[in-house]
Amino acid sequence: MPLRAKVATSVSKTAAALSRAAGRGDGSVIGGWIGLKIDPELLNHLAGGRAIALISGTNGKTTTTRLATAALEVMGRVATNSFGANMPTGHTSALAKAGSTPFAVLEVDEHYLARVIDATEPRVVALLNLSRDQLDRAKEVSMMAQMWREALANHPDVRVVANADDPMVVWAAEGSGHVTWFSAGQRWHDDSFVCPQSGHPIERANGDWWCTGCPLRRPQAQWRVEDEGVVDPRGDWHLVKLQLPGTVNLGNAATALAVAAEFGVRPIEALPRLTNVASVAGRYAQVDRDGRNVRLLLAKNPASWLEAFDMAEQAPTLLSVNARDPDGLDTSWLYDVDFSPLRDRPVLITGDRAYDLAVRLEVNGVPFRHVRTFDEAIQLVPAGRLEVIANYTAFQDIRAELDRVL
Amino acid sequence: MSSESTLRIVWIYPDLLSTYGDRGNMLILARRAAMRNIPVEAYEIRSDQPMPSSADIYLIGGGEDGPQALAAQRLIADGGLHRAVNQGAAVLAICAGYQLFGHSFFAKGTKCPGLGLLDLHSDRGETRAVGELRGDIDPRLGLPPLTGFENHGGRTHLGPGVSPLARVTAGIGNDSQTEGAWHGKILGSYSHGPALARNPAIADLLLRWAIGADSLAPVDDTWADRLRGERLAAAGA
Repeated sequence: MPLRAKVATSVSKTAAALSRAAGRGDGSVIGGWIGLKIDPELLNHLAGGRAIALISGTNGKTTTTRLATAALEVMGRVATNSFGANMPTGHTSALAKAGSTPFAVLEVDEHYLARVIDATEPRVVALLNLSRDQLDRAKEVSMMAQMWREALANHPDVRVVANADDPMVVWAAEGSGHVTWFSAGQRWHDDSFVCPQSGHPIERANGDWWCTGCPLRRPQAQWRVEDEGVVDPRGDWHLVKLQLPGTVNLGNAATALAVAAEFGVRPIEALPRLTNVASVAGRYAQVDRDGRNVRLLLAKNPASWLEAFDMAEQAPTLLSVNARDPDGLDTSWLYDVDFSPLRDRPVLITGDRAYDLAVRLEVNGVPFRHVRTFDEAIQLVPAGRLEVIANYTAFQDIRAELDRVL
Repeated sequence: MSSESTLRIVWIYPDLLSTYGDRGNMLILARRAAMRNIPVEAYEIRSDQPMPSSADIYLIGGGEDGPQALAAQRLIADGGLHRAVNQGAAVLAICAGYQLFGHSFFAKGTKCPGLGLLDLHSDRGETRAVGELRGDIDPRLGLPPLTGFENHGGRTHLGPGVSPLARVTAGIGNDSQTEGAWHGKILGSYSHGPALARNPAIADLLLRWAIGADSLAPVDDTWADRLRGERLAAAGA
C-alpha cells in the first residue's frame, strides 16, 4: 500500500475511534470520509488483495450482506459494513477498521454500485431487486437498471449472482458473462409492468414472466427457495433454519448461499452459520417489555411493507409512519401498499403521520386504533407478541423509546 | 359496460401514469360511492387497450415525461376519452394528467400536443415545486379549502375557457397565484397522488356530477377531517 494510503488508513481509523469515543456515532462514516479526503484512491488500495462480494438492490441488502458474511466466515476473516453504511465512505471505514482480511462482503447503495465495482474489483456482485424507493420515481428504476447493465458490461470478469424473478435485474445482468440466477420471488410488480428493453408489457403467470415484445424472459434459476429450504444448482434440497422471519429471508439466505458458493463454500458448511444470525442492525430484534415480546420490522418503501406483512405473525401489530427528510416528505406511497393482509390482526397506529395512515386503512377496510405513544400501544395489547412495522425515522424513534443500543 | 344504474369509474393508463399512489383516488371514489349504496364498477384501462367512452368518471394520474407524452399520443389517437367528455363524463386529472388535458405541455424539452379538453397550456418552471399546497377553492364549487402535496416542474397558464380550481394560499400550483383548473365536469390539479384522501369533498363533487345529484348522504369523515386539519395547519399561514 502506498505511503499516502497508509497515512489515510491510520487517520481514518483514528477518526472513527474518536467519533465513537465522543459518542457522536458508530464511526462507520466519518473515518472513511476523512480517509478519502487524504487519499481519494483509498478504497481501491484497501480493497487490494481481498476477495470481495458486493451486495446491492433496493431491499434486503443489509440482511443478505449479514448472511453472506456469516457464510463466508467458513473460509476465514471477513470485513463488512455491518451498520448499513453503504456508500464509499462506509466501505472505506469498514475495510480500514477490519485491517487485513482475505475476504470482504460489502452492502452497496444501488446508486453507487458502478463506482464501487470500479474501486474494489470484486469477485462477485449480487443483484437482489429494483423497485421504487420513497424518494424515487418509477422511471428511475429503469435508469438504475441501465446503470447496472453498463457497469457490469465494463467488468466482464465479475461473477454475477442475480434474481431471476425481477425483470429489471435480469435485464441489468443478462449481458454479463458469468451469471448465476437465484429465485427469491418478487412480491412487488408495480415497477416492472413495462419491459426495460423493449417498452412492451410484461406478462406474468405461475411465477414465470416474459416480455410480450422482445426475447427478454425469466431465466432458469440455479438456486431457489422450496418449502422451508433452498435447492442448490445440483438439485439438492437443504433445510434452512433461520432466526430471521418470513419467506423473504429464506430468499435472502438462498442469495447468501449462492454468493458463498462462488467462493467455494458449500451450503452444508454455511447453513449452521446462517442459523446463528439473530438480528441485523437492530432489524428483527426482539425486546421483552412488560410481558410483551416486541419485534421490530423496518419497512422503508412499498415493496418492503409487503415483505414485512409476510414476515409478521398473526399477532397485534403496531404501524408507525413518519415523513421526515430521510423518509421522504410525501406520504402518497401509502396507496401503493395493500394493507389488507392486516385485516385479521388487531392493528394500532402511531407516528407523525398517523392520520394519513388512518385514512388509508379506512379505505383499505382495515380496522385500527390510534395511539399517541409506543408505551400506550404496549398497554393496549395482551401479553405475548407485538409486531412493530415502521418506516425509517419511526423505526429509529421506537428503538430509542425501547432504550436499546444495537 | 353494464346496467345503467351502476357507476362506472375508469382509471386511465395506470401502466404509464401512476407514480405516486394514484390508485388511491379510484379506491376512495369507489368506497364513498359504496357508502351511499351506489353500485360501482372500476376499470383500469392500460395503454394497449381501447379507451371506453361510456363510463361516468375518468381518473388520470401523474408520471414522468416519457410516459406522459406517450399517454397523450395514445389518447389522441384513440379518441374514446374525447367522446366520453363530450357526452358529459366527469374527470379528475392530476399533475402530468392535468397538463396533458391542455393544448400543449413540455416533456423532455419538447413541446407536445395535449388533448385540448381544457383551455390551458403548460411549460417548465425555473424551479421544481415540492411541498405542501393549499388553496381556497372557487366559491362556485362550494367546497372547503384544498390541501395537497405537490411535486412538479411545470407551470400552467390558464386561458379564458377555464376557471382556476383554487387561489393559492401556500405552495405553487399553476404559478403561485392559482392552482388547477375546472370547466364543465373536468377538474385538474397539481395536488398529486391520492388527492382525494385529503379532499373527500372533491370526491363527493365528482360523484354528484356523475349521478346528477345535488347532495349525498353524509358519511363519517372523522379521520379525513383530522388529516385535513393537520395538513392545512402544516402548510402555514
